[in-house]
Amino acid sequence: MTLSRFATKNAFRNRRRSFITAISIAFSLLLLTLLMSVYRGFYIDQGPPESALRLVTRHKVSLVFWLPSYYREKVRTIPGVVHVSPWNWFGGIYKDTKPENAFAQFGVDPNEIFDVIKEDRVPPDELEAFKRDRAGAAVNRALAEKHGWKVGDKVIVKGTIYPINLEVTIRAIYDSDNAFDSMFFSTEYIDQALPRVKGRTGTLYTLVDSPEHVTSVSKAIDEMFANSPQPTKTETEKGFTLSFVAQLGNVKLFILSICGAVVFAILLVSANTMAMTIRERTREVAVLKTLGFTRRTILSLYIGEAMTISLFGGLLGATGATLLMIIASKMPNGTFFTGFKVNTPTYLVALAVAALVGFVSAFFPSYSASQRNIVDGLRHIG
Amino acid sequence: MAIPITYNVRNLRLRLGATMMTALGIALTVAVAVFIMALLAGLKKAFVSSGDPLNVLVLRKGSQAELQSGVDRESYQTIKYLPGIAKDKAGDPLASGEVVVVIVIPRKDSSGETNVTVRGMSPTGFELRPGIKLAEGRWFHTGQREIVVSKSVSSRFRNAALGDELFFGKGKWKVVGVFDAGETAASSEIWADVNQMASDFERNAAFSSVLVHATDSIAAQSLKNRMNDDQRLRLDAFMEPDYYGEQTKSGKPIQFVGTIVAFVMAIGSCFAAMNTMYAAVAYRSREIATLRIVGFSRPSIITSFVIESVLLALLGAALGLILMLPFNGLTTGTANSLTFSETVFSVRITFAVLVTAIGFAVAMGLFGGIAPAWHASRGEILAALRD
Repeated sequence: MTLSRFATKNAFRNRRRSFITAISIAFSLLLLTLLMSVYRGFYIDQGPPESALRLVTRHKVSLVFWLPSYYREKVRTIPGVVHVSPWNWFGGIYKDTKPENAFAQFGVDPNEIFDVIKEDRVPPDELEAFKRDRAGAAVNRALAEKHGWKVGDKVIVKGTIYPINLEVTIRAIYDSDNAFDSMFFSTEYIDQALPRVKGRTGTLYTLVDSPEHVTSVSKAIDEMFANSPQPTKTETEKGFTLSFVAQLGNVKLFILSICGAVVFAILLVSANTMAMTIRERTREVAVLKTLGFTRRTILSLYIGEAMTISLFGGLLGATGATLLMIIASKMPNGTFFTGFKVNTPTYLVALAVAALVGFVSAFFPSYSASQRNIVDGLRHIG
Repeated sequence: MAIPITYNVRNLRLRLGATMMTALGIALTVAVAVFIMALLAGLKKAFVSSGDPLNVLVLRKGSQAELQSGVDRESYQTIKYLPGIAKDKAGDPLASGEVVVVIVIPRKDSSGETNVTVRGMSPTGFELRPGIKLAEGRWFHTGQREIVVSKSVSSRFRNAALGDELFFGKGKWKVVGVFDAGETAASSEIWADVNQMASDFERNAAFSSVLVHATDSIAAQSLKNRMNDDQRLRLDAFMEPDYYGEQTKSGKPIQFVGTIVAFVMAIGSCFAAMNTMYAAVAYRSREIATLRIVGFSRPSIITSFVIESVLLALLGAALGLILMLPFNGLTTGTANSLTFSETVFSVRITFAVLVTAIGFAVAMGLFGGIAPAWHASRGEILAALRD
């Protein structure tokens, strides 16, 4: 019998206990994996390579202030800028204020928007139709499917910021890997319906030619308007998104402290089990020693057993989390989750945490067991 | 006959190591649950206690919040002289046209920048909010570039202490006072002179909102109905408490994430408790058999072990609550989806939170304890005694 075989056999000796421990670890690791994925989605992932090339320019004071539309042509003159489109939050309500009916509407330039977000795919004929119709709209496929919209359907969105309603015809349905439900329409729609806002835009959405130019272009834009009545602030797309996350509060600390609590909780569970297991086997340890097994071998035996159990739990938990994320993103209200997937590094980190928990929890009780005097151990009544 | 509870307490004490480890695990779960519930309780308090029942807030038709709204100065004149509005000492109606904008300023703890509401008002605005008291300094003077900030803005943001100068709009604003808004929505705001604000942010044509104070509750209701029904004015009027009550839903994301986290952690802890209880049962099989012979029935053995498990969970709950007590009263902020700015609130471990946390722990103990207790009552007496 090999040592690893011995460890596995031991792990299955008290099946119920091992199973309960593994399940307990699995649930905690499921949570840990989910939290790590969200954390990664917010703070580590850089998104598609095109995303790093895009800049969002807003009014320096805050998003609620306008920029003059002519800024767009001035930005275009900066070396390194490839495409610029206005990006105008409409903030309307479709049907009612229920969260499942919420999606973003942006006033854009139909001629250029899909050059800026160039990784999103639009059928060429639909794009042409969208460009030609000033009361046309483009929506992402998930959104169209959710509401059963087809090309040619009319959609009405009630204005909240603007005292007008959008009555647009869907001209294009585009495919996007982005989880964000949005509707694009022409800024001209608002300009004509509400002449007093003509010449204003909310933000500008810029595509830069190469990653080396991102910082310099962003600086150049802000410097260009620094001394004007409408100074700007330009951030990368990721930075812009993160500023919304930052407003939710200290999300980073929140996630990290819950992760800490979860890891500590599983450590306790696992350590408790291992302490119970090893205490029960005090006599057995003495027998093993009498037979000539070294302390080191005995130590590795018990640590191996604990790691087998916790790795099993870890595998269950991390796989469960992966499946859960996939199911959640398929749910009607789950578009939020499509942005977060459990990827291989996260999965491996979860398993590593499980292994580490197994190791730490078994080390101390088995160390003291291996140090115990043989005669005392044999005399032990457990 | 029931087995005395002291038996359970002594047993828990006997296996102190295992007891403490399991209890600590439960404590962590309870702590997370308490923290989330306390956050929500604080947030709710901030909104529910905001607004005077006699105040009516007027917005443009269709807008959901002050930030999106615009009430032109002409409509303001009409609103001001509607019947039912209370008068101040000088005989002017208690109506305040206000300009609301959002600015981005950096937090003190360098955890990033966030949106803060700046409200421009006339001194009538103070009279409409008698609950808000000056804590330091003085109110701003009309026509000056001066601001008063709430206590929490003053303590959470850079350059916002009394005497500092905050840069926004077209220049610097001197902080001349700090007000104490208690735990209301205004405790996340900066106040300034309405005309200064309007010129800085080019909002001369219209106010964001108009706040009026009615003479009594019937007048308030009729004012509200009258403005809602008047097709020419194109306005939406809300009772002020209702307007803020609606914003409680900003807590939804915290609630959603929090419930999932607490629930999953609770399942993990349930299993941990189950493990400990199973070990306790296995360890005491001879003792249990003895109890049976002495005459204790199966139900009383089940009850006894479930009680032991619940006691274990209660110990965990107590530990968890002690762990979280230092956080009580801690102020924090979250995004308010309606005002598009930060709402500051404090973490509040209320009585309801306390009771729910204990209930939560008891549920964990029950679920963890039932299977082992059942198992204990089923053991073969003779076999156990011979062991």
